Amino acid sequence: MSVLVDKNTKLLVQGITGKTGEFHAKLSIEYGTSVVAGVVPGKGGSTACDGRVPVFDSVAEAVEATGANASVVFVPPPFAADAIIESVAAEVPLVIAITEGIPVNDMIVVKRFLEGRASRLIGPNCPGVITPDQCRIGIMPGYIHKPGKIGVVSRSGTLTYEAVHQLTTLGLGQTTAIGIGGDPVNGTNFVDCLTLFNEDPECHGIVMIGEIGGAAEEAGAAFIKDHVKKPVVGFIAGISAPPGKRMGHAGAIISGGKGTAEAKLEALRDAGVKIADTPSDIGSAMASLIG
Amino acid sequence: MKIHEYQAKDLLRDAGVPVPLSQVAFTADEARAAAQTLIEKTGNDVVVVKSQIHAGGRGKGRFKEHPDLGGVKVVKGADAAKAMAEQMLGSTLVTIQTGPEGKVVNRLLIEQGMDIANELYLAATLDRDTGRITLMGSSEGGMDIEEVAETHPEKILKIQIDPAFGLLGYQGRELAKGLGLTGKTARKMTGFLDKFYKAYVALDCALLEINPLLITGAGDVIALDAKATFDDNAMYRHANIEALRDPDEEDPAELEAKSWDLSYVALDGTIGCMVNGAGLAMATMDIIKYFGAEPANFLDVGGGATEERVTAAFKIITKDPQLKGILVNIFGGIMKCDTIARGVIGAVKEVGLQVPLVVRLEGTNVELGKKLLDESDLKITSAGSLREAAQKIVEMTQ
Repeated sequence: MSVLVDKNTKLLVQGITGKTGEFHAKLSIEYGTSVVAGVVPGKGGSTACDGRVPVFDSVAEAVEATGANASVVFVPPPFAADAIIESVAAEVPLVIAITEGIPVNDMIVVKRFLEGRASRLIGPNCPGVITPDQCRIGIMPGYIHKPGKIGVVSRSGTLTYEAVHQLTTLGLGQTTAIGIGGDPVNGTNFVDCLTLFNEDPECHGIVMIGEIGGAAEEAGAAFIKDHVKKPVVGFIAGISAPPGKRMGHAGAIISGGKGTAEAKLEALRDAGVKIADTPSDIGSAMASLIG
Repeated sequence: MKIHEYQAKDLLRDAGVPVPLSQVAFTADEARAAAQTLIEKTGNDVVVVKSQIHAGGRGKGRFKEHPDLGGVKVVKGADAAKAMAEQMLGSTLVTIQTGPEGKVVNRLLIEQGMDIANELYLAATLDRDTGRITLMGSSEGGMDIEEVAETHPEKILKIQIDPAFGLLGYQGRELAKGLGLTGKTARKMTGFLDKFYKAYVALDCALLEINPLLITGAGDVIALDAKATFDDNAMYRHANIEALRDPDEEDPAELEAKSWDLSYVALDGTIGCMVNGAGLAMATMDIIKYFGAEPANFLDVGGGATEERVTAAFKIITKDPQLKGILVNIFGGIMKCDTIARGVIGAVKEVGLQVPLVVRLEGTNVELGKKLLDESDLKITSAGSLREAAQKIVEMTQ
């Protein structure tokens, strides 16, 4: 089984005529994802991806015409928050925002808009979500994934690929891999994903990859301690990062003595999570737990 | 992004937030003229000379050249302001936030002397747990607020703001009351808070801090200090703030990296890193530390880097005089390994290679990338895993 996305997912792509949007929409189609629509205001009636995908002016029209049940946002930062809100207003159940560099104040409004609504937001500034051999939404290299029994949730993109690659090489594979993104204000958090993996009977182990900044890892650790019986491997990036410096991701900053890697590792250890000493040991740590 | 106190006060003044009368000075003569103007306007010959650097703790800091002199001084008269400016300008101020090397003072703020009845603390920032902007107020103004948070958390009052409604009237009144203000001063405080919150949002701040927030003898509420940092993601819509960047306050390598759209942070270690992705870049620094060495930098070349950008990144890394070795770690997804290989080869051919270089490639076009490196005849050590790569570069540099 999988979580969030599978072979029944019908994807619409917001910003499908942009360079990145079209490139990844094509890769998703090649991977076997059902890409049913594109949305670009002002370009309704045209097609994208060599004529394979119809383009609509609005998300509501695209959903009405195609029954899309997931949306991915490749819209540039100044317009990305508006694009997310449009999908939420159209009640698309799953909205995945890939865009990096959305202003924090815009995301504060998006998060408020999500309150009491039916949509789940993943991201922004994330690699997306993939269920191997069924559905790829986002920008990850599809071929490193393999169907299997480990759920992966991560704040970082390439570090997720590193973990996924190791799980694939060791024959463990993935149920679903979720990138929740590196921004300080985002949609789905660690606890949400841990809940999904915990309830999936075919998920036999969970890899959780965090980084410095904020307290989302600590919240995840508390959830694991109280609710998760499955083996969990954790890794936190940024143990060597100095306070007060933003490490690439807008959310990856230690400020006022909060958000340190040490505090997060301590919380995870306390919850019984096996910590991978280095990013090269994530797969083998999981293999040692589930054999 | 950070700016100076005087720039923050200009922005606040424009937003209707009360600040003292003041003027920036780059020379001692300008300081004298600014002081003279203030004295004429206010009829008060007390003025304050404030060093402008991007670091806190200026008042308690000391100049290397003048060990008894703090970075903020109260003087009487325009001539005294000029004499003080002569000592401060060009001197190096060391505070708890500058590190032992300190920072050279090139700008001063000349400000009217104020009648201080009470000092409070006020700040606005994002509360990441709730995804909302939070106002924080404390009666312990002028203190190190992190210390107050540690020892007397009950003395910090917090108000969460719903972005759909903004700061509501009752919330401002509650905060004013909690800070012990009454009557006319409480009303002035709620007006101040309203303007302050609106300025935070309109300017896309990441932190807006007033410490101390001054209550005058006449009951006025005035921002005696101002610290503003901004959301880098939002600077595209604030060209006026971007223009306030002070190149003297920025690391030249970081500025160069920014011009190439590279995410780079200079660090104290000896092993330079070039990685794609922020999380993997941090993890690469961590594994260098794990094997007993220290990273010289954080560098994320990003997902869409071209050969030219990779070359530029490599050049920035090799400029570090402390550099003993370089580790390139790429997990190619969107970024193709052969692009990285070509960029690295191009850079080495251009600037030479004085230190060991270990390259670990994985992912898209990995075989092609490795082949290019092997055929280049350059002294590049390949590694299969990140663990192996880190071990090798640490061994080679010890």
